[in-house]
Order: sequence, then structure tokens, then C-alpha cells
Amino acid sequence: MAEYMILICEDESAYATATPDVLRQVMEAHNRFSEQVAETGGKIIEGRALQPTSTATSIRGDVVTDGPFIETKEAIGGYYLVEARDLDHALQIGKLCPARFGGVEVRPIMVFG
Amino acid sequence: MTESPRPGAGADVGAGQGAGEVSAAVADAHRREWAFVLAATARVAGDLDLAEECVQDAYAAALTAWTRQGVPNSPGAWLTTAARRRAIDAKRRDRVLRAKLPLLIEPLPPVAASAPPGAGEAEEDEVIPDDRLRLIFTCCHPALAREAQVALTLRLVCGLTTVEIAQAFLVAEPTMAARVTRAKKKISAARIAYRVPAPAELPDRLDAVLTVVHLLYTTGHTAPGGDNLVRADLVDRAIGLARMLRTLMPDEREVAGLLALILLTDARRATRADPQGRLLLLEDQDRSLWDRSVIAEGAALVPWALRGGRPGRFALQAAIAALHAEAPSYAQTDWPQIVALYDALLRVWSSPVVALNRAVAVAMAQGPAAGLAQLGELEAGGRLDAYRYLPAAKADLLRRLGRWEAAARAYRDALALTDNAAEREFLARRLTEVTGPLQRAE
Repeated sequence: MAEYMILICEDESAYATATPDVLRQVMEAHNRFSEQVAETGGKIIEGRALQPTSTATSIRGDVVTDGPFIETKEAIGGYYLVEARDLDHALQIGKLCPARFGGVEVRPIMVFG
Repeated sequence: MTESPRPGAGADVGAGQGAGEVSAAVADAHRREWAFVLAATARVAGDLDLAEECVQDAYAAALTAWTRQGVPNSPGAWLTTAARRRAIDAKRRDRVLRAKLPLLIEPLPPVAASAPPGAGEAEEDEVIPDDRLRLIFTCCHPALAREAQVALTLRLVCGLTTVEIAQAFLVAEPTMAARVTRAKKKISAARIAYRVPAPAELPDRLDAVLTVVHLLYTTGHTAPGGDNLVRADLVDRAIGLARMLRTLMPDEREVAGLLALILLTDARRATRADPQGRLLLLEDQDRSLWDRSVIAEGAALVPWALRGGRPGRFALQAAIAALHAEAPSYAQTDWPQIVALYDALLRVWSSPVVALNRAVAVAMAQGPAAGLAQLGELEAGGRLDAYRYLPAAKADLLRRLGRWEAAARAYRDALALTDNAAEREFLARRLTEVTGPLQRAE
């Protein structure tokens, strides 16, 4: 098994304007996702949602600035660290990951030594 | 006492073979067996770079060994054994270094113990598995960019050097080398498994493989730039790959469809340009020069590729190519049937290029005005803005309608988008033809 990071990239404004009903659906989708991952034989090691980029602070050198490192319409809003057999399995998990206002990026975790 | 040379010792050379004969045998084995040898070695090496290195060494060693011992009955098996032995040695030598980025290999299904007792080393007697499908599916994995899939397939499956691949695609060699290295690194780092996909994912994954082979064919068929219309080496590689897939996946209809499509198109290769290298359209080609045996081979695959369930895009394109190849003349082609096949093709593969070809068929079945109307819709769609064959097709229909001025404009638009010298020459010639009547009218 290997570890992959699933980065959830979505349009933040869609969440800002979403109705409570939509937000509830998103939560349900994420809860279902954990079960689905287990069904594929994979495992979620950790998963977190991030506060929006309006709360981000960037540091380059020693200059501290308000806002994210790069301003984009779609930003990373959360992640899952998962365990999968190989890339195909990780992509299968990535396809199940809820991201209705964008998509996900699957990145292998680097192994040292 | 020194041993004096036996009389006739020079005849020992006769045990081996002449240098020319041996290097021809090695070159032949390179062309025919590279994929088999590399694929089987990759499984042992567990790393594509190491596998390539070992296979290259094995081919180099073959030159000396075969000169001494004669060309073996099964060059592929000889090369595979030699390459696999090198891989095993190399892995023993630096286990740590190679263990870092292993190629993911599925365990082999248990094989019934068939080796006779008292046989030599297992590695000598092992039945060499045919891993060529694993290799090509790994090269064409959807997580790799299309251009990387193409480069890896040529490099690993066909055994071309990076220089050759760079030349084929008119790319600088360092660019191509970086592309190949990056792709190989992703295979290891992201753990792209060295395996044939499971049945559920097979249709999509197979489509990627077929697309790569078809792209190689079309790139060779009409080189993207340069002076020659056809790049024969790429065409031959593509035909070789399609035949290989057909042998390895005899039950896949789209594989049969792709091979049929390539054969039926390639049977016309000799007539696509005149002796001066000028492009000839289908309607102007000398049909008596088409390769009838290749057409027969391709056409025989078509019914098989079409049958059972909804046919795929390669089967439908092959069916269209077969109607062209078997028609006695351009005018006597079954155009209504071709339009119907394009309709079916658009249902499985909604592409503006397919719609363009359909419009051309409509023009033949129902007249140029009907075709032109279809092209107008495509133009308005805007998805073919940079596609040189749209203004070229439009120009041709306008020319048929005698609308010289509009035709000339369209030919100029097409020229502005075309780099291939033979195609440019053709368009320029047509432009002169349609501006002729204009000048006379002035």
C-alpha cells in the first residue's frame, strides 16, 4: 500500500452562497465517502477541511501578506490523506471524493530512504 | 610444449556466421522482439530504466555471441534470458538503490510445476511470459499526457531511440528526453501498476492504447511538417503495433477495427501523391494501384469488428474506409451508406472532425450545396477554427459550385493553416485554378 494526498480544489464562492440544504448534502457526501473508500479496500488516514482563502496569510522570505499564495478561482479547500494499492486504486478513490464545485488532484506522497 | 594450431582451425569461424548475417539477425530481432524482450525483463528488473539497460546490453552481447555460436533458433528467448539474467545480477549488486522506485508488478498466478526433475536453474527453464500487453497499457496509462504516452510507446514498445522519436515528432532531442524521463519517473513515483487493466476499466484503457497507435499512424501518414507527405517508419511502427494488439487481444472488436482502418487507409499509400510528390485527392487517385491484398485483409476484419452490440469508433471508421477502398470509382462510391456510417460514428464519437467528414459525404450524396450548408453550421460552431481541412473542404465545394471568389478566399484560409509542403502545394495549385476563371471574367 502507498499513500496519496487527495487535494480538493473548489470554487470557494460557491460555498459562500450555498443554501443550508446544499451544505448538508456536501456533509452527507463526505460521510458517505469514508464508507466508500473502505469498500474499495483503501483507507483514509486523515481528512480535513480548510477555512476559506480569505483567512489565509502568506509568507515569502520574511514578508507577511494577507491572502493565499496564489489567487485563483478554485482553491484547495480540504484534503484527504489515503492509503491505496497503486495509482489506479488512488484514482478510483479520487473519483469518489466529493467536489461538486470543482475537482480533486491526486498526488503520491514521497517516500524517503 | 606449446599446442600447435590444428590444421583447419580457421574453419572454427565457420561454426558461427558471417558478420553481416549476424548484424542483420540482431537488427531483425530488434524490430520484431524488442517489446517482448523488454516486457519480460521489466517484470524481473522491477524498474523500466534498469530493464531497458539490460535489454540494450543483451542486444549488444548477441552480436558477439551469435557470431561465435550462430544465430539461435529463438532469438527472442535468447535475448530475454540474457537480459533477465543481467537484471537479476544488477538487482543483487545494488538492491538498495533499485529498491527506491520499484515498478509495481502483480504477483504471477501460480504456474503448474511442469519443469522436469533435474532440470537446470529455474531461470533457464522458466516459461517466459508474454508481458507486451502490460507494457503497452503502462505506457498508455491515462495519468500520463498523450504526448508522453506516444513517446513511451515508441521508446519502450518499439525500441526507438529518443533521437529517433524526437525526429519523428519534430521536437528537440532534449525536450523529448525530458518528456520520456518525466513519464518514467511518474510511473514509479505515482505507482502506476505494470498490469493489464481489469475488465471493468478495460474499454477506456484500451481506447487510450488504440488512440496512441492511431495517432502514430496519422502522424506518419501525413507528417505534421517537412517535405514528404508520408513518414514510412512511423506508419510501419503503427501497423506493427496494431498487428501485435490484434494477436494479443483477438476478442476485442475495436482492436480489429483499428487494424482494419489502418490497413484500408494504408493500402492507398502509393497513390496519395503523384511521382512529383504532389498530393492527390481520393477522387484523383489511380485505384488500380491500390494494394488489393492489403484491402482484402482489412476488409475481412470489418464485419467482425462491427458485429455484436454498438460498434466502436474504429470499427465504424474502418467500415467507411472499406466502402472507399472497394468502390470502383469516387463517383460510384456508396455515399448514402457512408453518410449513414458517419451518423453512427457521430453517435459514439461526437467530434467536429467527424462532422466535417460527414459534410463532405453529404456533398457527394446530395450535392455540394447540401454539404456546404453543413460546413456552415460547423464554422458557426467555432470548434474547428484552426483546423486546416475545414476551409479546404469548403473551398472544394465552392469550387464545384463555380463560386470562384469565395473558393479562392477559402483556399487562402486553408493555406494560412497548413505547414505540410505537399498539402501546401496542392492548395496553391487549386487556388491558381479558381483564380483563373476570375481573371478571365475581369
